[in-house]
Amino acid sequence: MELYGVEIASRLLLGTAQYPSPAILADAVRAARVDIVTVSLRRESGRLREGQDFWSLIRTLGIRVLPNTAGCHSVKEAVTTAQMAREIFATNWIKLEVIGEADTLQPDVFGLAEAARILSDDGFAVFPYMTEDLIVAERLIEAGCRVLMPWGAPIGSGKGLNNPFGLQALRAHFPDIPLVVDAGIGLPSHAAAAMELGYDAVLLNTAVAKAGDPVAMAQAFAGAVEAGRAAYLAGPMEARDMAAPSTPVLGRPVLAR
Amino acid sequence: MKIIVNGAELELGATTLAEALEALDYRDAVVATALNGHFVAARARALTRLSEGDKIEIVAPRQGG
Repeated sequence: MELYGVEIASRLLLGTAQYPSPAILADAVRAARVDIVTVSLRRESGRLREGQDFWSLIRTLGIRVLPNTAGCHSVKEAVTTAQMAREIFATNWIKLEVIGEADTLQPDVFGLAEAARILSDDGFAVFPYMTEDLIVAERLIEAGCRVLMPWGAPIGSGKGLNNPFGLQALRAHFPDIPLVVDAGIGLPSHAAAAMELGYDAVLLNTAVAKAGDPVAMAQAFAGAVEAGRAAYLAGPMEARDMAAPSTPVLGRPVLAR
Repeated sequence: MKIIVNGAELELGATTLAEALEALDYRDAVVATALNGHFVAARARALTRLSEGDKIEIVAPRQGG
């Protein structure tokens, strides 16, 4: 798939937070066979320098990073965070989060569209974390977004695809825009379901990081995403309400008396 | 003068953002900076003068989803 002019092989994007250890994070990233991981920016102490080791680890993985603006509740915070991220990570890619509500971490889609416009005008490649609303999608595309990332369910909830119909409608309305389900994925089957809907990729973090065995779960997700994509390309059958025998009826021996 | 660095009030002798980073042991660290909510690029830090009560944010890469 192509994201902002860059050809990306893996359709799984992985977050880097909440792993039991840096070594398990690195192993999970490798097991997931991802090309992109998400990262963030947080306050750094000159004495403790916690971020420096993390950054060294990520650089050894040799993959592309997608910095986020997680935790930003205003346009100004998100824009400043994006500017800091562009300098530090040397990329114009930004996963834009403007959070509107603390309990659901639901995006403030109005602030999102405003921040997306400011950042797109400033040369950023914006990956907006959004709801699956069609009109929000239109506004984001008008603002300059060339990738959209609707949520499956609230961040960290693991509930999967809360609104498959809405996600399907979004896919149908924007056939040429890369669409990534971002957030809410809990199981490989959720990821496969998103891919079967024709989504281009899925982005997840907690489902892998908080699994009993994150490395094994990363591998499971990699397989699920590939299977879901293959199934979409293969053309799934139409669902129907009534049973239809799959074994031929003709030629069935009559054995009942 | 009093400067707020990452939320903590500090007494600093530094007159520029670059001097403040030096004084606070950030030398060679991969960090990005903001002054009073506005991004300050690395190349502009030496020219960015500090005033009493300024708020500096100093951030580094961290785990994220």
